[in-house]
Amino acid sequence: MRIALFATCLADTMFPAAAKATVRLLERLGHEVVFPEAQTCCGQMHINTGYQKEALPLVRRYVRTFEPYDVIVAPSGSCTGSIRHQHKMVANAAGDSGLAAGAEQVATRTYELSELLIDVLKVEDVGAYYPHRVTYHPTCHSLRMLRVGDRPLRLLRHVRGLDLVELPAAEQCCGFGGTFAVKNADTSTAMLADKMRHVLDTGADVCTAGDTSCLMHIGGGLSRLRTGVKTVHLAEILASTEAATV
Amino acid sequence: MSTFLGMPVAHAPRGVGHLRGDEPFPAAARTALANPQLRRNLQHATTTIRGKSGRVIAELPDWQELRAAGSALKAYTMANLPRLLEQLEEKVTAAGGVVHWAADAAEANRIVTGLVRATGEQRVIKIKSMATQEIGLNEALEDAGITPVETDLAELIVQLGDDKPSHILVPAIHRNRSEIREIFLRAMPGVDPALTDDPPALAAAARRYLRETFLTTKVAVSGANFGIAETGTLTVVESEGNGRMCLTLPDTLITVMGIEKVVPTWQDLEVFLQLLPRASTGERMNPYTSMWHGVTPGDGPQNFHLVLLDNGRSAVLADEVGRQALHCIRCSACLNVCPVYERTGGHAYGSVYPGPIGAVLSPQLTGVEDNASLPYASSLCGACFDACPVKIDIPSILVHLRNQVPHPAGEKAVMAAAAYTMDRPRLYARAQRAAKFAKLVGKRGRGLPPPLNGWSAARDLPTPPAETFRDWWRGR
Amino acid sequence: MSSKDLILGRVRSALGGHPAAPEIPRSYRRDFPPADLDVLIERLVDYKAVVHRGADVAAIVGDIIGAGTLVVPPGLPPEWLPPEALLVDVDEADGVVTGAAVAIAETGTIVLDGSPDQGRRLLTLLPDLHICVLRPEQVVASVPEAVARLDPTRPLTWISGPSATSDIELNRVEGVHGPRNLHVILLEV
Repeated sequence: MRIALFATCLADTMFPAAAKATVRLLERLGHEVVFPEAQTCCGQMHINTGYQKEALPLVRRYVRTFEPYDVIVAPSGSCTGSIRHQHKMVANAAGDSGLAAGAEQVATRTYELSELLIDVLKVEDVGAYYPHRVTYHPTCHSLRMLRVGDRPLRLLRHVRGLDLVELPAAEQCCGFGGTFAVKNADTSTAMLADKMRHVLDTGADVCTAGDTSCLMHIGGGLSRLRTGVKTVHLAEILASTEAATV
Repeated sequence: MSTFLGMPVAHAPRGVGHLRGDEPFPAAARTALANPQLRRNLQHATTTIRGKSGRVIAELPDWQELRAAGSALKAYTMANLPRLLEQLEEKVTAAGGVVHWAADAAEANRIVTGLVRATGEQRVIKIKSMATQEIGLNEALEDAGITPVETDLAELIVQLGDDKPSHILVPAIHRNRSEIREIFLRAMPGVDPALTDDPPALAAAARRYLRETFLTTKVAVSGANFGIAETGTLTVVESEGNGRMCLTLPDTLITVMGIEKVVPTWQDLEVFLQLLPRASTGERMNPYTSMWHGVTPGDGPQNFHLVLLDNGRSAVLADEVGRQALHCIRCSACLNVCPVYERTGGHAYGSVYPGPIGAVLSPQLTGVEDNASLPYASSLCGACFDACPVKIDIPSILVHLRNQVPHPAGEKAVMAAAAYTMDRPRLYARAQRAAKFAKLVGKRGRGLPPPLNGWSAARDLPTPPAETFRDWWRGR
Repeated sequence: MSSKDLILGRVRSALGGHPAAPEIPRSYRRDFPPADLDVLIERLVDYKAVVHRGADVAAIVGDIIGAGTLVVPPGLPPEWLPPEALLVDVDEADGVVTGAAVAIAETGTIVLDGSPDQGRRLLTLLPDLHICVLRPEQVVASVPEAVARLDPTRPLTWISGPSATSDIELNRVEGVHGPRNLHVILLEV
């Protein structure tokens, strides 16, 4: 299958490992990955911070860039959520019904990674090997906007060598929330403290999730406290094999 | 009809009531977050209620269908509000009640104060009511020389403690049993000095203290959970029996009800009476629900006044996205599941409506400029939307309101520049490569300037990668 | 302009003409099997009501009230009262005996509607003990059935267990202002 990758601006710029892993994983499964270079950002940060008007060109760019593709994947529940639930709204608010229709169409063809693997590619065992004790943070937008449910866990359970431990209070937000972590840094930190406590309680050496943004937040806290626990994107775990681990 | 179109929206006026805080949310939250007792009390209480509510909701196989019906009923009500309000007025009047219309808090306070004065009484007993808290009725009554006595246990704790409510359902949620005991020992006249902090003993102390007041006070003030347009029936949902006391014993009952609380038909209660208790206190049914129809000869108050309150609600209704905030049935489920509320408590929101629903309702009632920080008091995690028994899409309203808030100039410039860059891939790629120089801001971001230092106070910045994904892709 | 006209004018203006009102999806449960008395009992007991079953109401009432005083509504079936009952005014009564309008099994709720066997609302509020007699045909399974049976023009009191509060640390504590003891007698015929 030919799959267009939406890398997301954060993975493209700061966490290329997650996007590279997505490519390696899908190619290993026998699919062709393309990266349309006109892509930049889905506009979520602007939309969620109250800059819907400024986000309009980004929405338009996303829709134009990915319109030609039948299947689009993003290694992010949050960006996929924005594409699926906000792009049409932004277009409608700007009175651009044509763009709204296009956005709706492209959104239905845009999948978060675990959705793509399980719902479209119909694979649960991706043949990965990752010999670590891992806990999974579901991330709010994967959990409640996309309703990915246990798809990531089903994928992780098939990874050889991986010791999956349940994260207590997993459904609670890590406190990132985009600009929330800056505008309400104290409250965000209080939420992060609890999330880190739960991660540390599991005894895992890796905390994984389907979003580089939440991982940047949790990982930033774990690193600051020198906990020795690292954050790794789900794609990187699924891309790992005996031959090439991350 | 057309003569009404174009009437200017009117927000809740300044200078009266409790919809505006003294400081922005982040500053108020900072104070609250530093209070370990508060943190523990909130964590314990919200965890308890989430568990209880989850268990009784799971007993109903049709919870989602009930939510859908509740949501549609509220949308139907808003779309037909003028007709339903007039119908309610007609039915209440026919049943022996008197209906008053209050355009804002000041008018509602004037009406209620005037009605109490006309009875010649100096004291009123009150049932916990968000509407009367919102308009600052207690202060208005006190200014008129009338003593309002809160009879709900949590409201009593707040009143005796000279405190502010911090939760829609449990205004004293920020207090634990030993703090409540201390407040009672300090401020409750005639309290037994040997009072323990055993909850039944605390409840019994409130029972003894208020008994005489119930029996001797001639005027009561209440809110209303539901007002049925079809029949004129008013409803108060409660637990302790203080509501029954207030609705039964006095000669005069004055009910202050927000205009959005009207419900089209009697049958519709079959939906709300299943949704509210399970979402609210986590009970299959709350201990007491009282319903009355105007005046019943020989039973209960013989004078009944219903005050219908706007106070900014019509302004909320004017916003097609935001108007669903008026669907709220005041269950407080969104507070109990909110990770922000759980840590900051209700006082940080400044308004009598705290938590996620407060963050969308208060700014709309006052106009966003008066509560500009509240739409940002959320990480948009979406737990509130899932918990809401009438499916109010709180995250979407928050995002919507953020577009109406006046933005700081610096932020506006950065956001515009970012959007400009991101719409130009070549410029964007150059900016990405420049991110490598982020190392200049100091080791792992510790040297970031405000407001970004809020991040780096507790979190390292990631180390920028040697090459972006885009560059890697090109080099393959 | 009156405040009524002002408010209604603002509301109409806010709605901008005739907004579409949705259909109400009433796909929630509305057809129920006959009420299960065991469910009612379980739910009543769960909320700390005491449940009795029997045909001899007077004997059960006598056992509950002992030497205490009672107040009764004017239309209470006389055979429900023990012959030795000490009847007094409401403000002196230890307990009250009433019938009911309807009971809901699923929620453990009794509803009073002020009929002659229940009396005015004050009667079941001031005494610390409420003994409520239920006939089997008064018990329905669900809230929708109860709403359908009740008359919204009467003063209604829905009672689910004794007076309680959740105001202290969000735990349910029985016994605040209303009756602290609720006994329900399920009449067996």
